[in-house]
Amino acid sequence: MEIRARTLFLEGELTKLTVPALLDKFSKYLENSIETIDLMNVTKIDSAGIAFIDEIISQLKFDPEKSLTMNKIVQKAYSTFTSVNIKSVSPIIRLDFFTKLGTGFFDFTKSISNGIILIADIFFWSFVGIFNKKGQRKGSVIQQALFIGVDALGIIALLSMILGLILALQSAAQLRQFGANIFVADLMGISMVTEMGPILTAIILAGRSGSSIASEIATMQVTEEIDALKMMAINPIRYIVVPKFHAITICIPLLVTASTLIGIFGGLIIAVTYLDLSPTVFINRIFEILTLRDALIGLGKSYFFAWVIVIIGSYYGFNVKGGAEGVGKVTTQAVVASIFWVIILDAINSLIFYF
Amino acid sequence: MKEPIISVKNLVAKYGDETILNDISVDIFPQEITVILGGSGCGKTTLIKNILKLYQPFSGSVKIFNKEVTSIEEQEFDKILSKIGMLFQNGALLNSLSVFDNVAIPLEQHTDLSKNVIEKMIKVKLDLVNLSHAIKMVPAELSGGMKKRVALARAIALDPDILICDEPSAGLDPLTSASLDELILKLKDLLNMSIVIVTHELASIHRIADRIIFLDNGKVLFSGTLNEAKHTEIPEIKTFFEVGKF
Repeated sequence: MEIRARTLFLEGELTKLTVPALLDKFSKYLENSIETIDLMNVTKIDSAGIAFIDEIISQLKFDPEKSLTMNKIVQKAYSTFTSVNIKSVSPIIRLDFFTKLGTGFFDFTKSISNGIILIADIFFWSFVGIFNKKGQRKGSVIQQALFIGVDALGIIALLSMILGLILALQSAAQLRQFGANIFVADLMGISMVTEMGPILTAIILAGRSGSSIASEIATMQVTEEIDALKMMAINPIRYIVVPKFHAITICIPLLVTASTLIGIFGGLIIAVTYLDLSPTVFINRIFEILTLRDALIGLGKSYFFAWVIVIIGSYYGFNVKGGAEGVGKVTTQAVVASIFWVIILDAINSLIFYF
Repeated sequence: MKEPIISVKNLVAKYGDETILNDISVDIFPQEITVILGGSGCGKTTLIKNILKLYQPFSGSVKIFNKEVTSIEEQEFDKILSKIGMLFQNGALLNSLSVFDNVAIPLEQHTDLSKNVIEKMIKVKLDLVNLSHAIKMVPAELSGGMKKRVALARAIALDPDILICDEPSAGLDPLTSASLDELILKLKDLLNMSIVIVTHELASIHRIADRIIFLDNGKVLFSGTLNEAKHTEIPEIKTFFEVGKF
């Protein structure tokens, strides 16, 4: 690259490999007054080379027809790759604060109304689905129950046991100081039945089943499977969501009961080995302290946790936007929102029953 | 003149603020094969999805079997949909189900036929699309062309009155494409189906089309018989038939 008699001479290869160095060099030549560009000695040129020439033209505000001298190789490439005659897309209009606020509020109210409609649909069709199995696949409730319930039992049992051991061990150290060893049974019984059992099960289900529901529905949405169901006059909520709703409703009390019993068993191990309590004393104490009300509160709220997991998973799944990236995004959002709402519901439950 | 089986009047379809179909009026006639043509992005698939209410039309009227569907009750529309088969561009098979179960969906949901009869019907439909051997496979094990043929078997499972195919032969080899055309012609004759096809394949158009609807920039550029389309002076259509591509 050199300048002679107000003409910029470019020679040799103008390709994606040589253009970066030429761009650096050209910025130093900008101060010189250039009127034409000579490309007669260019031996090889690709689309990056033409883009470089276009860049020079736009910086110097040249008319390409008058200012370029080129050989046949360059002419051929220039006619194919030049961006000079391509109309630029109008820039995206940036919204002002109030427009953004209005749009945000509109989207929010729309999502709320969509959510309410979905909740109503799910409850309505789940109720109808108990009596009328049309619109559902045969065996789908059992299949879902196996996935949501049986497959989750292992991890729930393991974590409940660990949680029971931790709870009992940490409280035992304090209780021993006051000779109140027996109260470890009170603590384990009440905490596992009313709180830890239901919440641990719900959080595991939110992570496991909530993500699976959201990603399954979202994938079906992006691959037009939902549209295909609609075209077969099949209600996607009845076909996809209702079996999951029924399955989780069947499984949640069983999983919570399992979690609670295993957690208490973990406490029993610590009570026997660390606090020298006999198993009979521990179990008798638990039966003395626990009431039917405690068990019903624990089991009752777990139903709400389960339903919120299915509803949130379905909501995010049906409202997916984009392709694979969108599926990943809604899956994450569904899990986070499920756990959030499980904890909020738990707080509301505590306020209602214990405040 | 026959009464149209699908009648679209002054249809406007939008994605956000962008108008995709601008005041479209088309008629689909019974027992004919209507081919919808047009350049990429001209609104062919949007037209079909608006007719079938997969997208809600912005304005205008859509009548199927002489019933206005834009404002119809969901249950009424489901009755209409059970008489329509749709083959989606990418097949849209339910990936978690086998080929057998995919084809079984409409039969199990909309008929009270016994298991054995349903099984026989599925076998016949899969045989029609030359996929009897794939009955136990799942969609992930099928090629693109096989997926489309399974989707076609599913679309015709209930012997619908109307069959709508969105680019059925795209991505298929010429032989499979030709056999698909043969099958479509056979279905039309055997079951008196009315068939709507979105396609770019010129050879296929020559083989099967009775009527052509040509869309351009969201408007109907031409609507008429195949013969009329071949002799029209409209430059875009002339170019299409002469060059074989748009």
